[in-house]
Amino acid sequence: MDLSYTPEEEEFRARLREWLGKVLPTLPPKPSPDDWPARRTYDLGWQRMLYDAGYADVHWDASPTVRLIFLEETEKAGAPYVGANFVGLLHAGPTIAAEGTPEQRERWLPPMLRGEEVWCQGFSEPDAGSDLAALRTRARRDGDDYVVSGSKIWTSHAEVADWCELLVRTGPAAPKHRGISWLAMPMSLPGITVRPLRTLAGSAEFAEVFLDEVRVPVANRVGDENDGWRVTMVTLSFERGTAFVGEVVACRRVLGELAAEARRRDCWDDPVLRRRLGRLNAEFRGLWRLIQWNVSEAEGGSGVPGVGGSVFKLRYSHARQELYDVAADVLGEDALDLDRPWVPDRLSSLAYTIAAGTSQIQQNIVAERILGLPKGR
Amino acid sequence: MRFQLTMEQRALRTAVRGVIGRGPSAGRWGPAAQFPAPLEGGDARPRLDRALWRALGELGFFSLRLSEADGGAGLGLPEAALAFEEAGRALVRGPLVATHLAAGEVPGAATGEVVVAAADGRLVEWLAEADVVRRGAEGAVPLRSVDPLTPLHRVPAPAPADPVAGLLTAAEQLGTATRVCELAVQHARTREQFGQPIGAFQAVKHLCAQMLVRAEVARAAVYAAAVTADRTDIAAARLLADEAAVRGARDCLQVHGGMGFTWESEVHLHLKRAWVRAQRGGGVTESEELLAADLVA
Repeated sequence: MDLSYTPEEEEFRARLREWLGKVLPTLPPKPSPDDWPARRTYDLGWQRMLYDAGYADVHWDASPTVRLIFLEETEKAGAPYVGANFVGLLHAGPTIAAEGTPEQRERWLPPMLRGEEVWCQGFSEPDAGSDLAALRTRARRDGDDYVVSGSKIWTSHAEVADWCELLVRTGPAAPKHRGISWLAMPMSLPGITVRPLRTLAGSAEFAEVFLDEVRVPVANRVGDENDGWRVTMVTLSFERGTAFVGEVVACRRVLGELAAEARRRDCWDDPVLRRRLGRLNAEFRGLWRLIQWNVSEAEGGSGVPGVGGSVFKLRYSHARQELYDVAADVLGEDALDLDRPWVPDRLSSLAYTIAAGTSQIQQNIVAERILGLPKGR
Repeated sequence: MRFQLTMEQRALRTAVRGVIGRGPSAGRWGPAAQFPAPLEGGDARPRLDRALWRALGELGFFSLRLSEADGGAGLGLPEAALAFEEAGRALVRGPLVATHLAAGEVPGAATGEVVVAAADGRLVEWLAEADVVRRGAEGAVPLRSVDPLTPLHRVPAPAPADPVAGLLTAAEQLGTATRVCELAVQHARTREQFGQPIGAFQAVKHLCAQMLVRAEVARAAVYAAAVTADRTDIAAARLLADEAAVRGARDCLQVHGGMGFTWESEVHLHLKRAWVRAQRGGGVTESEELLAADLVA
């Protein structure tokens, strides 16, 4: 058991810190969260800066430990998050890298790395959420095209995306997991309608996407026809990996600010509140150690964190909600003021036990795949 | 960064598990014969397993952190934590922490020939059975211990908390958290109701999943605290491991249903031991206050 970093890893950290110190002051001001075109420009601009400095492919080619250092240091320095590049860099990109043809990799990967194209994800449907494999968006073969009709939901960045990684049903007669294909769909095609969805936090974070006889070239399919479920699982195993490193760093910073605020407001003398903050300190320290444990495991093995990510996500999503509930107790009636810090974060934290696999589905995964309990309902 | 067990650490864990597994009381948590229920009368006081104690001594359980010149193995806290995790897992009886901390200071402690007790928090475990009683045991008064396998005395003034004792306690709690999860899963896979294993029901499945989640978060925190030996890391490990052990044992009892509530089931022994350990070193309050203070330091 060793928590120290190699000289090479420390050198990577030092160079990254130095670079961040130089470039972050040159960034334009952050755009308003509701201004999607401005957010796109800002996020792509940041990715381009990473590309020029040689950090663009850190999510793909770097060792798990180097990726951990990258995410930790960028968060600590207050650098922009992946934002609109999220689906490309963390979902579609790794899938294409693992399952695409050389031509497909050449067409789609370099623009992602250079910050030129935005991807969105068309997986969930109104009737296929936790039971994703029940998706019904239909793709009928017609010559060199698939003709696609159906609807997708919870699609982040749909308004400004160039591409959509789309799951469609190509084999309606086959068992549900064996009739799905993975397509890269240009968002400029005729027949696509995007309707933004407003979240309970008030922001238009994602959208519904309606598809009406959209003609997607067969050449845009990654993997074999009807093999899309397996192709997708490659993607989802990335989704549950180191995606939360920056957020845990941020939560630990918020926790410190919260304690300082509690002292300013004289509620630090309340032993119940103080001890809840102490317990949260243990919680996020433990989660940070679990990240280091999982990353080290990935380092020694396949490089793809497995179901251990479910263990992490279950605990982290709950801890994040508890953090902002404690923040509300510190704020008192100010917790009802949307202009106060932490109040919008409290609202957005409510998504964490639902998005990317609900806590109930994650508990099924842990119980069945790690503990070996029988499948059943 | 390689925050995983080394080959040597895995071998050490296997060796400790092997010695504990060969002990005369191994695998026998049975009813009256060994641990009479209070209602059955007679001498319900548990005895130390002196043979196992000596075997642990020979293995280096108490001396492993002493230098080789002092007859130890020159190992560190991570190895000690792994050994204590195994002891916790197997419900090994006796003042393990006090004797381990006495190695090199009290003659015979390192080799397992002498059993050492000491006050921790407001309690002394195994005071009457120990050969040597260290610090803070003045004015000790016996109490009727809730844990049939840990005799307890109360002391008037709390002993100052020792961080290493806290870490070793957290490691024992981690062992309990792991063991009760295994027991619950074994039962959920084999016990059938409504024509299927109860582990196929989500209500049971989710109890088991949460037991594993708490144990794995505690594991990362305990092992990291063993590496850093930092007071705040140890306090965090204590909180997470106490929770994983106590709540895990409670959930394990729930999964076992009525059988879990019986004296002859092993489950209550894990729960009661976890309660005893959670009181050491000032208990939960002290750890939470230390971690709160760290936020504004």
